[in-house]
Amino acid sequence: MTGGQPIASLGRRDFLQMAAIATGVGALGITRGGQAAGASTRLIDVNAYLSGCPLRHLPDEDTSDLVSRLRRHGVAQAWVGSLDGLLHRDVATVNARLADECRRHGDGLLVPFGSINPKLPDWEDDLRRCVEEHQMPGIRLHPNYHGYTLDDPDFAKLLRMAAERGLIVQLALIMEDERTMHPLLRVEPTNVKGLLALLKETPGLRIVLLNSQRVLGGRALADLLGAGEVYVEIAMLEGVGGVANLLAQAPRDRVLFGSYAPVFYFESALLKLQESPLSDEQLRAIRCENARRLLAKER
Amino acid sequence: MKADRLLMMTTAEFEIWDVHTHLSGVPGDTPEARLGRLLEYADRLDIARLCVFMGMSWSHDPSPEVMRRENDEVLRAVRHFSDRAFGFVYLNPRHTQASLDELNRCVRDGPMVGVKLWVAQHCNEPALDPIIARAAELKAPVLQHAWLKITGNLPGESTPKDVAELAARHPQATIICAHTGGNWERGIRAIRPYPHVYAELCGSDPTAGFTEMAVRELGAERVLYGSDAGGRSFASQLAKVLGANISTTAKRLILAGNAKRILQPILREKGIHL
Repeated sequence: MTGGQPIASLGRRDFLQMAAIATGVGALGITRGGQAAGASTRLIDVNAYLSGCPLRHLPDEDTSDLVSRLRRHGVAQAWVGSLDGLLHRDVATVNARLADECRRHGDGLLVPFGSINPKLPDWEDDLRRCVEEHQMPGIRLHPNYHGYTLDDPDFAKLLRMAAERGLIVQLALIMEDERTMHPLLRVEPTNVKGLLALLKETPGLRIVLLNSQRVLGGRALADLLGAGEVYVEIAMLEGVGGVANLLAQAPRDRVLFGSYAPVFYFESALLKLQESPLSDEQLRAIRCENARRLLAKER
Repeated sequence: MKADRLLMMTTAEFEIWDVHTHLSGVPGDTPEARLGRLLEYADRLDIARLCVFMGMSWSHDPSPEVMRRENDEVLRAVRHFSDRAFGFVYLNPRHTQASLDELNRCVRDGPMVGVKLWVAQHCNEPALDPIIARAAELKAPVLQHAWLKITGNLPGESTPKDVAELAARHPQATIICAHTGGNWERGIRAIRPYPHVYAELCGSDPTAGFTEMAVRELGAERVLYGSDAGGRSFASQLAKVLGANISTTAKRLILAGNAKRILQPILREKGIHL
């Protein structure tokens, strides 16, 4: 929020304009070297979450703590899903709480991405509410926690409906290293098999792969990036110089900044940008511009 | 070249020693080429010193010949960067005498300052006892790999509980529980009773809360920064310290103070004054 106006009362175009202002797109006279960060130096974090984790207390699971940390590091906008969306069946209230939390904290910093579980009865109404009641610009999916694969017809239908409504689809491939999972909560990574065909069959689809960099690379990644408007982010990217290595595989305009905060230390993603030798153009694209452009593509 | 670091972290305010790196994950035909590349990345994060161990390619259960070759590669690499890198000797307890010989060659008679044990044998086995005792005589800390995987450990892969059993038999040794077992909530508890065992943060996801728990349960004096670079990012592991809700004093201990304190006795014996 830039003021006190609730998101729910804004139209979708108003919301996107507000988001543009929050990310500094509309800011004038701000230089890179100044104390105030301009559009080129601000961050858009496309992979953050709200609420708690069932496995452990997270230091920033209180929204105000997360907002403080994000602000401290120059984040102008964070796209947030709800950790409740993984296991809760009453997804409608998960999304309502998410939207409300985003409205009450951060003055427009937090942009809600609702959870949709296409294996729940009447999930289509959850999608409708995300758009019509909460004015969300996108949705966040967790297929491995919701028990479906990407060749499921319901998933194909969900992608079609999301594309028709102009929603950004965020697809989380994993949430935790398989080796350290709780023995009663073991979840296989989402296999992207099947996604390639859907990208070709679904016009207008914009998809962001979250937490993908542990399980997706090489030819499979290149094929997906080449098949449609697909983006990746860096939260689970590993290895020395990982961002530079990723840019050798992925076009600059498809790489986004994602932290996976508060599950991960936010600083991990930030320091990765420092670790890799990147040009100013690459940094600007990853930090802010790619996400800004993606969000601005109202359909 | 820090002009592109606007709004980034202020790593330069800390002295940083990384106690866990390898000659992997970076290109280079020679050990020194790879270490040189690692140091270029380390420089971008203001990491002053690296502890490095194991060779250009790794063996779970190295023969004495392979062990020697891997250590020779590390010796060659650190010789080129003696002001930036320390070597730890890689040993295999399944070859006890060969390991003792290698320990003497690389640490007593060479420039190496610590011991690395990996996954050839569970570390609670008696075969380790003469190696740990000799390392303690030489004032060399022992860095023991430890993981606890719900997907199943390798046959000889130690857990933090194994490290604790080893530590109980060797109160005079300085033991580093590498990775704190990966499953750090269990690992921290397992090593908690043994003040001569250190929790090392590297080689797992930068899950928030790890460092806070380690400091709370062990004290900051028993926590060490390591990265497991080049397989892991220096950055993701450094974030476990810089992003933790702990005091600046605690961060300084974890990032370099503890490593310097642990290594100071053997460094002094080798004529290296910090």
